[in-house]
Amino acid sequence: MKRFVYVNDDDSSHELYCDNRISNRKYTLLNFLPKNLWEQFSRFMNQYFLLIACLQLWPLITPVNPASTWGPLIFIFAVSATKEAWDDYNRYLSDKKANEKQVWVVRQGSKKLIQAQEIHVGNLVWLRENDEVPCDLVLLGTSEPQGVCYVETAALDGETDLKTRNIPPACMGIDSELLHKIKARYGYRGVMECPLPDKDIRRFDANVRLFPPFLDNDVCPLSIKNTILQSCYLRNTEWACGVAVYTGNETKMGMSRGVAEPKLTAVDAMIDKLTGAIFIFQIVVVIVLGIAGNIWKDTEARKHWYVLYPEEGPWYELLIIPLRFELLCSIMIPISIKVSLDLVKSLYAKFIDWDKQMIDVETGTSANATNTAISEDLGQVEYILTDKTGTLTENKMIFKRCCIAGTFFGNENGDAVKDVELLNAINTGSADAIRFVTVMAICNTVVPIKRNYYSASGTVLYKAQSQDEEALVRAAASLHMVFVNKNSNILEINFNGSLKQYEVLEYLEFTSDRKRMSVVVRDCDKGNIMLLSKGADETILPCASAGHQTKTFSDAVDQYAQMGLRTLCLGWREVNEAEYQDWSFMFKEANSTLVDREWRVAEVCQRLEHDLDILGVAAIEDRLQDGVPETIETLRKAGINFWMLTGDKQNTAIQIALSCNFVSPEPKGQLLLVNGKTEDEVCRNLERVLLTMRITKAEPKDVAFVIDGWALEIALKHYRKAFTELAILSRTAICCRVTPSQKAQLVELLKSCDYRTLAIGDGGNDVRMIQQADIGVGISGREGLQAARAADYSIGKFKFLKRLILVHGRYSYNRTAFLSQYSFYKSLLICFIQIFFSFVSGVSGTSLFNSVSLMAYNVFYTSVPVLVSVVDKDLSEKTVMQHPQILYYCQAGRLLNPTTFAGWFGRALFHAIVVFAITIHSYAFEKSGLEEVSMVALSGCVWLQAFVVTLETNSFTILQHVAIWGNLVVFYIINWIVSAVPQSGMYTIMHRLCRQPAYWNTMFLIVAAGMGPVLALKYFRYTYKSSKINILQQAERVGGPILSLGNIEPQPRSLLDSDLAPLSISHAKNARNSVFEPLLSDSPNALRRSFGPDFFHSHSPYSRNKDM
Amino acid sequence: MDQKNKKSKKPTYSKFSQQELPAWKPILTPGWVITSFITIGALFIPAGLLALAASDSVVEIVDRYDEGCIPDAYSQKAESYIQNPNEKKTCVRTLRVPKKMVAPIFVYYQLENFYQNHRRFVKSKSDKQLRDANAQDDTHSCFPEDHTADNKPIVPCGLIAWSLFNDTYKLSARGKAIDIDKKGIAWKSDKEAKFGSDVYPKNFQKGALIGGGKLDERIPLSEQEDLIVWMRTAALPTFRKLYGKINTDLDAHETITAEVENNYNTYKFGGRKKLVLSTTTWIGGKNDFLGIAYISVGGLCLFMAINFILLYVFRPRRLGDPSYLSWNRQPLV
Repeated sequence: MKRFVYVNDDDSSHELYCDNRISNRKYTLLNFLPKNLWEQFSRFMNQYFLLIACLQLWPLITPVNPASTWGPLIFIFAVSATKEAWDDYNRYLSDKKANEKQVWVVRQGSKKLIQAQEIHVGNLVWLRENDEVPCDLVLLGTSEPQGVCYVETAALDGETDLKTRNIPPACMGIDSELLHKIKARYGYRGVMECPLPDKDIRRFDANVRLFPPFLDNDVCPLSIKNTILQSCYLRNTEWACGVAVYTGNETKMGMSRGVAEPKLTAVDAMIDKLTGAIFIFQIVVVIVLGIAGNIWKDTEARKHWYVLYPEEGPWYELLIIPLRFELLCSIMIPISIKVSLDLVKSLYAKFIDWDKQMIDVETGTSANATNTAISEDLGQVEYILTDKTGTLTENKMIFKRCCIAGTFFGNENGDAVKDVELLNAINTGSADAIRFVTVMAICNTVVPIKRNYYSASGTVLYKAQSQDEEALVRAAASLHMVFVNKNSNILEINFNGSLKQYEVLEYLEFTSDRKRMSVVVRDCDKGNIMLLSKGADETILPCASAGHQTKTFSDAVDQYAQMGLRTLCLGWREVNEAEYQDWSFMFKEANSTLVDREWRVAEVCQRLEHDLDILGVAAIEDRLQDGVPETIETLRKAGINFWMLTGDKQNTAIQIALSCNFVSPEPKGQLLLVNGKTEDEVCRNLERVLLTMRITKAEPKDVAFVIDGWALEIALKHYRKAFTELAILSRTAICCRVTPSQKAQLVELLKSCDYRTLAIGDGGNDVRMIQQADIGVGISGREGLQAARAADYSIGKFKFLKRLILVHGRYSYNRTAFLSQYSFYKSLLICFIQIFFSFVSGVSGTSLFNSVSLMAYNVFYTSVPVLVSVVDKDLSEKTVMQHPQILYYCQAGRLLNPTTFAGWFGRALFHAIVVFAITIHSYAFEKSGLEEVSMVALSGCVWLQAFVVTLETNSFTILQHVAIWGNLVVFYIINWIVSAVPQSGMYTIMHRLCRQPAYWNTMFLIVAAGMGPVLALKYFRYTYKSSKINILQQAERVGGPILSLGNIEPQPRSLLDSDLAPLSISHAKNARNSVFEPLLSDSPNALRRSFGPDFFHSHSPYSRNKDM
Repeated sequence: MDQKNKKSKKPTYSKFSQQELPAWKPILTPGWVITSFITIGALFIPAGLLALAASDSVVEIVDRYDEGCIPDAYSQKAESYIQNPNEKKTCVRTLRVPKKMVAPIFVYYQLENFYQNHRRFVKSKSDKQLRDANAQDDTHSCFPEDHTADNKPIVPCGLIAWSLFNDTYKLSARGKAIDIDKKGIAWKSDKEAKFGSDVYPKNFQKGALIGGGKLDERIPLSEQEDLIVWMRTAALPTFRKLYGKINTDLDAHETITAEVENNYNTYKFGGRKKLVLSTTTWIGGKNDFLGIAYISVGGLCLFMAINFILLYVFRPRRLGDPSYLSWNRQPLV
C-alpha cells in the first residue's frame, strides 16, 4: 500500500487522509459516562460491590440498610469519574493549543495564515526560523542556496544538535516564487509516492516525480534526509517550505506516541490477588453456611414454632439463606479500602510535590507527581532504564584540559581555559599552542550564528552537530581565538583582535570507521595549504610523521581517560600545492563514485592524512549532572539494576556509563559487546555473551552488556528468547543508537519478565518508554517539558531519583502494605464475629451488628486511625539513605504478600475468637440482650484495633496519638449520642454499658487476651528473628554508628539453574579467548573497539587486559 | 495575581508536608516488653480473684422444671400435654436456699435452646407501632404475624410479641407466700420511649394459631412489663429474663415452694426452662467466667514474662548489631 501525495492540491486528499488535528483525548462528551463506567466496572472489586449493592435492595435477605453500600459506592465512582474527566479536559486543552497554532500554508496559490489543524496532506507549508514543524513535511525549498536547512530534532529523538536536511535533488534550484505553482491547475505537477504512516523516524522510503516545466520528470528518491518531521524546530534557516505528507495522528511523532495505558501498581495487583483469594474464601464460607443454614432450617427451625416457618416456601427458598450469608460476609472485602487507598495515595503524591529537598535550586522546579496512584511502585523498582543525554549528563560539553607538545595545561586548576601558562603561551606566540588552538577553532563543521556577531557581550553563538566540536570552538574563543564567521568557504577567525581568514578547501568528513575528521584550508594571508586533523588517539597517532614521539600523547590520553574525560588528538601538516592538486582530483573522483563511495572516499582521505605533526591532546568533559554517580551507586546498592538506553553513539555511552558508576572499572567490571549487522553475527555474539554471563554469574562481578540499535532490532526479532535471558542475567546494560520505540520495546521486554521498571528521560524520544514503563519519570530539563508531561513523576535533576525511590517510594510501599492488610484485617475481624454469631443464632443469617455500627466501623472507627499511617516512618530517611539495601524488602514485596497476609488473616481470626468468646461468656444469661452483646463486641473490636494500630506504628507523631486515642474517645461520644436517640435501636444501651464494671472488665480482658500473644510473638521475632529493618530500627534508636559495607546479595534469579557451574576462568595473560572479554577489549569484528566518543577516542586503562 | 501564582507553585512548607513531625519512636526492648507483661499479670490476677470472689458471693438457686412438670402419664408426649387446654398445668417445685439471700432477690426465667436471635424472629416487630398509637397499621415488618385473617392489624404485631412467655410462678416459704414484685422489671427507658402509654393491645392472639401469652387489652403496652422484657431479644439461645423481684431476705436452708404454671411450649424444640432466684453484686449475677479468664490471662502474661527473662539471660542478643545485616557479611563465594 502506498499513499500518493499530490503537491499543493487543495481538494483531492481531503477525504482520503485525516487533517492535522492532534488528539490525545480518551473520551468525548457523549461517550464519557458509558466509557468511564465501563472502565471502572472492568475492575473486579467494583463489579463485586455493585452486585452486593444490588442484592441489598432485596429486603428479605439484606441484613443491613442498603444505603450503607450504595452511599460509598456512588461516592467512589463519582470521585474517580471526576478525576478522569479533569485529566481528559486538560489533554483537550493542550491539544487545542497545538491545533490552533497559526502556520503559513499555500492556499489557492497564495500564502495564508491558517490554524495548524487545517493542514491537509499535500499542502505546501512555509516555516520560518524557530517555527515548530506542524506535521511531517518533505522539503521543497529553503532559504539556503545549497538547499539545506537545519532542524532540531530534540523532541523526536532527544538529540539536541542541529541536523541538516536537504531538499531532494529534483527540486534543487526551484525558484521560491515558482514553488507556489507546483500544482495541477497551473499545469505543473508533483506527485509523491510515500509509504503508509509508520513510527520509524529513521526511514522514509519514498519518491517524488515532478513534471515539466520542472527540471526533469524522472522519479527521484526521497529519504528521511529530505523530510522535516512534526515537533522538530527549524533553526538557523530563514525559511523552509515543504509538502505535508503525514498529518495529525498519522505523523511519525503521532504514530510513536502510543496510548498511555492506566498503570496498575504491583501493590494494587497484589491487593487484587488477595481480594480474589478472600472472595473465594467468602464463597466457600457462604456455601458452607448456606448449606448448614438450610439443613438447620429443615431439621430444627420447623420445630421452633415461634419462628413460624411456612411449610411451603417460594421456589427460591433454598437460595435465601446463602444469599443472606453472602451479604453478611460481603464486608469481608472492605469497600473502604479503595477510598482509603486513593486518599493516602494522593497524599503520598502531595508529599512528593511538597518535598523541599527535591526542589532544583537552579531552576526552582519542584518535583511533581502527575500520577497520584503509583507511589508504591517507586519502592518496588527493580530496573531503571535511563536515557543518557540530559538525564545523566547536563548535556553541556566543556573543554577542560589539554596537553600541548608534552606540556600539560589545566592540571592544577582543572580548567585549561583559565590556566595562566596556556594563556601566556598563546600570548607570547608559542607556535605549538597557537596551532593547537587554531585547529580547535577551525577543524570542525560548526556554524557560528551571525546575528550575535557583534553583540554587546562579544560572544558568538555556535551551532554544531557535535557537542564536542562546539566545546572546542568555545574554548578556543576563550583562548582569544574566536571563530566569528563562516561565509560559504571563508572562515573568519579573530585572534587577539586581528582578523584572520582561512579558505576551506575540503572537508574530510567524519565517519565512524575513520574516527577522525580533517579539513584542508588555505591561509588567506600566506597562501599556504594546511591539513588540520582531529580524532581518536588510535586513529590520529598512527598517522604521526615518522620519528615523531607519540609516547607523551598516549600517556596524556590515558591520564585524561582515567579522569573520565573525553579525549581527542589534534594534528596538522603543511601540504604543498602540487600534492593538494593531485589529491583533490582523486578526492573529487572518489566522491562521485556510485559504488562503495564511502570506502573509496576513506581510502583517498587516508592518502592525505599522514605524516601529521601531533599538536596535542584535548580533553573534554561531558559534565555529569550533580550527584549522578552517587545516586546510581546508592540505587545499585539498593538492588536496582540500571539500563542505559540512548540514541547516542556507543563509545560516548560507555564513557558516560563508566564515569557515573554505571559499570564498575575493570578488575570488578566487565563489558560485553553485542553487535553485528547480520543475523548470524548477532546470534554468535549473543551466544558468546550469554555464555560469559552464565559463567560469571557466580562471581561477585559487575558484568554489563552493550548492544547497539541495529543488533537490538535483530535480537528482539529473531533471538528474543536468548536476549530475554541475557536481560535477566545482566544487572547492567548499555543500549546505544536505539529509537524511541526500541526503548519502549526494551521496557516491555523487562516488564514481560515480571520486573518492575522505571524509565527516566528528559526528551520527547523518551516519551514512549516513559509511558510504557511501570513508572515513568521525566526530567524537566533543557529539552523541554515533553517527557515531564508524559511522565508519572517529573523531577528537576537525576539525583532526586534517589530520594524519590528510597524515601517516597519506600515509605509509600510500607504504608500501603500496612494499610491494605489492616483494612482486610479489620473487615475480616468483624466478619468472623458475624460468622461465629450465626452459629448461635440458628445459622439464620442474623447480623449481630446494626447498620449504623457496621458502617461507622468500616468508614470511621477503623479507617481514621489507620489513615495516619501515612506519616509513619519505620526508619529515618537518613538511615535509609545510608542503607539503601533495605529497599530489598520493598522490591521483593516482603511486606505485602500472601504470607504476611496470612498473618493478618490469622490475627483477624484469633481476635474474632477472643472478642466473641469473651463477649458471650461475660455477657451471658440475664445480660445477654442482643443490643448489649452487639455493643460489647463492637467496643471490643474498636479497642483491639486501636492497640493493633499502636503496635504496628513505628513512629508516633502527634497525629497518631490524636487519631488512635481520639478515635476511641470519638467512638464513645458517637455511641453516647446515638444511645440518646429514642428512635434508635440502641437507645440507652451505651449509657448502661458504661456504668457496668463488667463492661470495662470485659474490654480490658479482650485487649489483654487479644494483644498479649500478638505482642509476645512480635517481640520474639523482633529480638530473636529480627529482619534487617528491625535491626536498623534498633540501631537507629540505640544510637551509634552503623556501618554498612558490602553490597546486597544479587537478587535470586530462578530462571537459570547452575548447571553451568562456575568454571575456573584463567585470568591469565592474553585471555583473549571467545568467552572472556575484559571490558570491551576485543570483539570479533573489530580488532580493538574501545570506549571514548566516536572520533575522540580516549584510551581508557580499563580497556587494557587484566593482566597488567 | 503574582502572589497567587507564587502560592500555587511553591510547595507549602510545614513539618507535616516535609514529613518531619517530631515523633516518638519506641522499639520493643526487652525491658519494655517484660515490664508490661509483668504489670498485666500483676494487675489481672488480683482483679480476677476479686471478680471470682464477687461471683462467689452471689447466691443463686436454679431449678429446671420443664421435665419435672410433665405428669407421668404424658412423659412420652409432653407436647400434647402442653397443648391440651383441658389439662391442669400447675406444678409444685421445692427449692432450697443454700445461703442467706439478701434482698433484692431477682426472679428469672431461663430458657435454653430458644433462638430469640433467629433472623425471622428478631426482625418481626414494629418499633413504630409499639410506640405510636396512630401507627397501628405499620406492620409490614411483622410478617407473618402482621394482621389477622380478616385483615385487621395486630397490636403488638410480630413473632416476638406473639410468642410471649407465659409461665407464672408463685413462691411461698413455710406456707407463707413470698411476694414477687412484678413492677419495675422492665427498663424505664423502654417504658417511656419505646412502648406507648396510649397503645393498647388489639387483635392479639386472636388468630387460629395461639403462640404464647395473652395480654390484657385494658392495659397500655408501656405497662405490660412482661412483654417489654420479652421483647428485649436475647443474643444467645440461652438467656434469662427478669420475672420479678423479691424484696425480702431469704434465710439459709429455707425451703421454698414454687408453684409453677407450666404453659409455655418448649417441648416441641427440646428447649429447657429454669426458674432462677439470684442475688447480685457489682459484677452482676453469678458468672465465674470473668474471674477465671482474668486469672488465666494474668497467669499467661507472667509465664510469658518469665520466659522472656530467661531468654534474655541465657540468649542475650545485642539490639541493632550491624553484624546481623547480611550485606555487612562477606558474600559467600
